[in-house]
Amino acid sequence: MKHNFKITYLIIFLLAGTLQVNAAEKINLLKTDWTFKGLFGKFDRGSLQRGYQVYTEVCSSCHSMKYVSYRNLFEPGGPEFTENQAKAIAASFEITDGPNSDGEMFVRPAKLSDKFVMPFANVKAAQAANGGAYPPDMSVLAKARSGGVDYIYSVLLGYEDPPSGVTLEDGVYYNKYMYGNNIKMSEPLADGLVEYSDGTAASKEQMAKDVTTFLMWAAEPHLESRHKMGFKAILYLIILTILVYFSMKKIWSRIESEV
Amino acid sequence: MSDHEYVPKSKFGKWFNDRLPLLSLASHLTDYPTPKNLNYWWTFGGILTFCLITQIVTGLTLAMHYIAHADLAFESVEHIMRDVNYGWLIRYIHANGASMFFLAVYIHIFRSLFYGSYKSPREIIWIIGIIIYLLMMAAAFMGYVLPWGQMSFWGATVITNLFSAIPLVGEGIVNWLWGGYSVDNPTLTRFFTLHYLIPFLILGLVVLHIWALHIPGNNNPVGIDVKKPSKDTVPFHPYIVIKDAFALLMFTIVFAFFVFYSPNILGHADNYIEANPMVTPAHIVPEWYLLPFYAILRSVPDKLMGVVAMLSAILILAALPWLDTSKIRSAVFRPLYKQFYWILLVDVLVLGYVGAMPAEGLYLLIARVATAYYFIHFLIILPVLGFKERTIPLPLSITEPVLGGFPMASTVKKKESLN
Repeated sequence: MKHNFKITYLIIFLLAGTLQVNAAEKINLLKTDWTFKGLFGKFDRGSLQRGYQVYTEVCSSCHSMKYVSYRNLFEPGGPEFTENQAKAIAASFEITDGPNSDGEMFVRPAKLSDKFVMPFANVKAAQAANGGAYPPDMSVLAKARSGGVDYIYSVLLGYEDPPSGVTLEDGVYYNKYMYGNNIKMSEPLADGLVEYSDGTAASKEQMAKDVTTFLMWAAEPHLESRHKMGFKAILYLIILTILVYFSMKKIWSRIESEV
Repeated sequence: MSDHEYVPKSKFGKWFNDRLPLLSLASHLTDYPTPKNLNYWWTFGGILTFCLITQIVTGLTLAMHYIAHADLAFESVEHIMRDVNYGWLIRYIHANGASMFFLAVYIHIFRSLFYGSYKSPREIIWIIGIIIYLLMMAAAFMGYVLPWGQMSFWGATVITNLFSAIPLVGEGIVNWLWGGYSVDNPTLTRFFTLHYLIPFLILGLVVLHIWALHIPGNNNPVGIDVKKPSKDTVPFHPYIVIKDAFALLMFTIVFAFFVFYSPNILGHADNYIEANPMVTPAHIVPEWYLLPFYAILRSVPDKLMGVVAMLSAILILAALPWLDTSKIRSAVFRPLYKQFYWILLVDVLVLGYVGAMPAEGLYLLIARVATAYYFIHFLIILPVLGFKERTIPLPLSITEPVLGGFPMASTVKKKESLN
């Protein structure tokens, strides 16, 4: 009797849960095999380095990444360029610094300690250059959209001609996966748009995957150490729990009672 | 309380203890006679203490790096996540710790509901508990505002606007709360201050909660009074300490899974977008643990009545010791109450579910029915049930069901003889 009740409620919950899942996934996002998911998930270094290339050559003309520093590019758990490569990358950007001892602002090459140079001076300038739409900062973008990396990957590959009957304003594009289907960014990727230095064929899908991986790292630069520490921490907790369990059994065996 | 007076052995110990009886307190805490039939649902008090301490310690550390300013708060959180040593770990423990805290407190509350722990002579323990729960909600809400993301900002706007429902002075109160004419920097700085203060208020109330508990002692799954100390009780140390430790470790394993493998699953993606007063998110939803009350708020068409309903839903719990007219504590001996208990649990979960959905169509209808049932449970079913229900006879002592399973007819007390 008691169990019947519990089972009934359990079934109600499983059904409710399924309904919720169905409601949330009306549009099935494109999936790909992300290496950074799961208990031992790690970033694919090659993919991160290629992703950085796509970001710099394609995205960074509009999208800032203001919380990421050039030094992050050689730190462990990231794209792991060599320190010299990262220095060279930083030096290829110019940054306004100052004021110097004469009270003047001056331009110098960026250093490892600098944050990624922004394409626009401020939000208003970015909006003015992009038809009123602000290209969002990409530092935490992978965590700032529901659906996360799958959503970003899908939007990058979701450009289509609008279905018949849908008219779009000037400067607005149709995207199958974008919320509301209207996007002010023109299709950013095309086959062969960048030339990968490691010889990987730069198909649209490959670039979308690489740049999304890079965005995930930018949003969660300590993901690898989190996964590594998590495994150790949980293993430690499980062993300790087992030991404490047997201690408990031993202590409670002194009295006539179950624990 | 143990009946023998503790006397320190050393001369200094006695000298000190006569002036400040810390050793007597320690002795009381270790010897504290606890019913030996407590099940694992009773381990959540210890787990909650752990949660509170964890939140305070991680919170203090975060406060060393966080900047409470509308222009800098979001950036300072990113600084913690990226550049502070193990900042990501501390922040994820703190953020998920809030959810774990509420998970544990809901189990703790529903344990109390099942075993009638709020009944005489434990009403004060229960009411202090409800105050702690209210403060927890305030602390959690204000904490969620601090990262200054979109959900922070708009959540703060929605919740503070509730006060505008108060007739005549509502608008004034809202402006006073905001420190201006919209949620802005003054709101953030005062929320930070209060978020820092409340955990210490909770800590003080926890001391009172435990103090009040130590007067009558623990309730137990059978729900009858136990003689203390007796063969029905065990000293708190080592028996309950080791059991609580085991349960706590199990809990931390679940906690660790969230922190290390899905630290953002309980949060909302929009809160990684910096607050923007010009852009309203599509759906403004509170954190999961506030959803049932959010559903009650939205199920009433009138704003003021919605606020009243939401507050009543929480405050009605404080009256529970008097609304429940049954003298029998444990649901084990109350076959009808037991079923209504499970229905209430489902009702609250349904409220939580519809609270996360848009307030329209079928969802709104379900929310209204569930809200009505919530109040019916406390205001009608519980008072009536105490008089109508045929309860199962209680055993004479807890030792009996612990050892023998079902109570034997020869040793049971009749319900009438209890009154």
